Amino acid sequence: MSIKYAEAEPATTDATKYVGRAVDRIDGPAKTTGEARFAAEYSYPDLAYAALVHATIPRGRITAIDTAAARAVRGVIDVLTHESTPAMKPPPKPSVLDLSSMVAGTSVNYLGTDEVHWNGQPIAVVVAETPETARYAASLVRPAYQELPAATDFEAEKHHAVPQKSSLISEASANKGDAPAALAAAPYAVDLTFSTPPQSHNAIEPHASTAVWDGDRLTLHEGTQNIPWTRRHLALRFGVPEKGIRILSPYVGGGFGGKGSVWAGTLLAVLAARVTGRAVRLALTRESVYHTVGGRTASTQRVALGAEADGRLTALIHTSVSRTGRTGGSGEQITAGSRHLYAAPNIHLQQNVVQLDLLANTFMRAPGESIGTFAMESAVDELAWKLGMDPIELRMRNEPERDPLGGQEFSGRRLREAYALGAERFGWHARDPRAGAMRDGKWLVGMGVATAYHPSLQMMASVTVRLEAAGTLVVRCGLHEMGMGTATVQAQIAADEMGVPLEQVRVEYGDSDLPPGPQAGGSMQTATAAAGVLAACAKLKRTLTGLARRAPGSPLRGTRPADVQARDGGLYAGGRGLTYKELLSAAGRDHVEAEVKGSTLAFMAKFLRERRKWVKAATGAHFCEVRVDPDTMEVRVSRWLGVFDAGTIINARTAASQLRGGIVMGLGMALSEHTLIDPRNGRVVNPSLSEYHLPVHADVPHIDVEWLNEPDPNMPLGLRGIGEVGITGVAAAVANAVRHATGKRVADLPITLDKLL
Amino acid sequence: MKPFAYVKPADVEAALHAAATEPGAKFLGGGTNLVDLMREGIEQPQTVVDVTGLPFDTVEDLPDGGLRIGALVRNSALAADPRVRDRYPVLSQALLSGASGQLRNMATVGGNLLQRTRCLYFYDTTSACNKREPGSGCDALDGFNRSCAILGVSDSCIATHPSDMCVALAALDAVVEVRGTGGTRRVPVTDLHRLPGDTPEIETDLAPGELITAVELPPAPADSRYRKVRDRASYAFALVSVAAALEVSDGTVTLARLALGGIAPKPWRAREAERLLTGGPADEAAFRRAAEAELAAASVRDGNAFKTSLATATIVATLRELSQEGAVR
Repeated sequence: MSIKYAEAEPATTDATKYVGRAVDRIDGPAKTTGEARFAAEYSYPDLAYAALVHATIPRGRITAIDTAAARAVRGVIDVLTHESTPAMKPPPKPSVLDLSSMVAGTSVNYLGTDEVHWNGQPIAVVVAETPETARYAASLVRPAYQELPAATDFEAEKHHAVPQKSSLISEASANKGDAPAALAAAPYAVDLTFSTPPQSHNAIEPHASTAVWDGDRLTLHEGTQNIPWTRRHLALRFGVPEKGIRILSPYVGGGFGGKGSVWAGTLLAVLAARVTGRAVRLALTRESVYHTVGGRTASTQRVALGAEADGRLTALIHTSVSRTGRTGGSGEQITAGSRHLYAAPNIHLQQNVVQLDLLANTFMRAPGESIGTFAMESAVDELAWKLGMDPIELRMRNEPERDPLGGQEFSGRRLREAYALGAERFGWHARDPRAGAMRDGKWLVGMGVATAYHPSLQMMASVTVRLEAAGTLVVRCGLHEMGMGTATVQAQIAADEMGVPLEQVRVEYGDSDLPPGPQAGGSMQTATAAAGVLAACAKLKRTLTGLARRAPGSPLRGTRPADVQARDGGLYAGGRGLTYKELLSAAGRDHVEAEVKGSTLAFMAKFLRERRKWVKAATGAHFCEVRVDPDTMEVRVSRWLGVFDAGTIINARTAASQLRGGIVMGLGMALSEHTLIDPRNGRVVNPSLSEYHLPVHADVPHIDVEWLNEPDPNMPLGLRGIGEVGITGVAAAVANAVRHATGKRVADLPITLDKLL
Repeated sequence: MKPFAYVKPADVEAALHAAATEPGAKFLGGGTNLVDLMREGIEQPQTVVDVTGLPFDTVEDLPDGGLRIGALVRNSALAADPRVRDRYPVLSQALLSGASGQLRNMATVGGNLLQRTRCLYFYDTTSACNKREPGSGCDALDGFNRSCAILGVSDSCIATHPSDMCVALAALDAVVEVRGTGGTRRVPVTDLHRLPGDTPEIETDLAPGELITAVELPPAPADSRYRKVRDRASYAFALVSVAAALEVSDGTVTLARLALGGIAPKPWRAREAERLLTGGPADEAAFRRAAEAELAAASVRDGNAFKTSLATATIVATLRELSQEGAVR
């Protein structure tokens, strides 16, 4: 049996280029055959296994910890507690002067303190000869606590929220005109309160670390989205030279932001290996992931919109409360999309944040934007109902020509085209605008739209490209391959730049010995690495051209450098030229290499400079159709189309998968995902794939994705990151379709049937 | 997982002997629930008696037109059995709505009868749970109780029985065959499970060491179906489920069988609804009256109050669809 997806059209028609084609992932065969090894699959002769003991109170002190029963289990090597273990150095204070200081998931010095800061914090580690022994012995560790009062109830504590601080990258508030007055004066207005629940990371590969010390040298097999910062952080925490630490992360079994920080499991695996002198593997159980790796904040949001009868917005207000942990996390950019989406003359945005005695929140695919667009795009839909206007038409009437707050130009923005194309493809014209009017047999049918929005950022990367005598082009950069096609797309770019067949390009990645790549976060990795690969290839071409113009007998002797093209596996000017093999041979070189180095200062300068000129973002239009059972109010998504303005698409296959994946994750947010944190004690009580409801295959319809494929004029190759834009707006599109099917507005995620009965 | 002894007896006598003599013994069928609970530290048997080698893995016709189902028949096999699909669609549908394909391939009929609750606080060993730790209290009462029961509950426990199969068996008047060292006895499936009362840790009428060996189904009612309502399309426990069979003659209900899942600590045979339905009109109003009467005794908490109306709606919808199908025939 074969499953055929209608793939999007190839993004380019240039048959000589790889960029744009639906190229197979180069890591595909290794993964499908099981050859690819993940962090928990590296074996060492003296390998021992670790398991975590979690606190069972939300806040307090450990007054005693009885490890006798655990130690008595045959096969237990050691039980590490704050009483028995030399403390790591404390985590550094976050500072923009050293961006790696941001990588600590929490500020807790695990096993270096008797303090408990959340229900589930690791308080001991058992190291044993088998993983089963370690886990069993961990269940026998008996701590005693002095409990302290704890704030664990978001609903009760949200009233204590304070204004969030703006950061260099993300502003937490905005004011233009007088939004409250404009709202009060508006002939048409909606004023809605939304809430979204906490959500947890559930990558297919639970977090895992295999740590091996040799003196002060550390080898760490780790699934991470941030090799360089993790390395620096470990060097600081263990007081060893950074260059003695090697992090190997060739495959990451899904990240989504959950592997973007250093969490307890990594630190404790390294610590356990240090203390026991053994190679140690710590593969978290699913439950331990819930207790030690942050997730998405809960939120409450207000969106109020005022409009004239013709739909033109007069007031736009979006405020939010999110939460952090008292020992980590940060306020999320919930209103970030609302800064740029609609041309309103009066705007008020304010993000607020409250600290709770819970595990830190962390990045989770489009942190802030995903839940913020749920509220904003639901409210816009509700305004359309109030106005009796088509929701696409309402959006188009408020589509800004320049940024509504800063007045900058958009670096390309084609939401109008995205909606127009989507409406045609999805059959929007066939939508009966009345609520509850469309039926398919017994099912109520609803159709909804929402806008997707995610900023296009770019950081810095160091990249080396090397042409070898045999004709192989090696691209070296410590990139992170989490399944999205990282290496594949950079190979395509390098192949095009150097004019070599894709098969001759080898991308080396996932290793701290390589030139440091960007973190895989903020939808930045592909654009950042592409800029580095382009620059390095240009440098390499200059060097090779120089060689070709000088090499004895070279047909390119005397040509002008500007006339030399890299194509067909060599350098050519008009009809003359030579292959790279011939060139290296003629030049007597076994390889030629070019290197570019990323610079934090240059990155910051570029970021700040560009921010004044342009607003860069990937945008899109989601089209959702739902079916609702009129008896039970079960919601099933039956059709989906997303049309994206995401710049140049490098690989039609991996891009489609990224965008679809974002939409699937958005369906979970819309319909079922909810981390149940007991407000009485901060305990996560559904830490399993059985009770935390991710979408299953049967919940996911065929998802069509399209893209406009217009290059962004100010991004490398015109590409925009697409890791996160797919999830933004999804929950709103579902809620809006449910509103159309049932007449009911659900403003409280997830949209479960009890909210519709 | 706590270390345990493992034995795999060759015949039923040896299995019963092992269960009677080994301290802290538990029978192991497909292991889909027991092993899970052992990993969580909720079940801690000292000895696991693997009964999967016993010859109880066939489905046989009974002379009266019923079926005899061995306790070790796998859920997938039973759901796919042509006799079950043809004569007892409610059972096949219930089985296929449960768990996942992989789990159904392992899970046995006997094990499924003894499946334990999925109450979040039963699973979280740091929480108070009278079922897991008698006398410790019940954190579900004022906690996350959206999935909890509304009928047959007590102050000490509001956990549901999670099985889909059992709901169908309850509607079908199935009889469970049980063997102990003292001999064989037969228990109606509706009497197998107990309500929690003050002893939610005692979930069935089985004596220690007794082994379920078979389930017998009487001849099938006319048409039957299973409707499961849940938070996602697959791999989720029922918020509410309905197993129903209906026979209608000249617009009058001549036979009604109704059992509910997801709303009670045991598969809930809705006898009050059946009584009201039988002999009455096969119309929406009558279905609703019957459903509401059955649920009149509901005792709800904050999180699960919706189950009363959801159960009512699901009962009405299922009976409506059955009666309409009957009309087409």
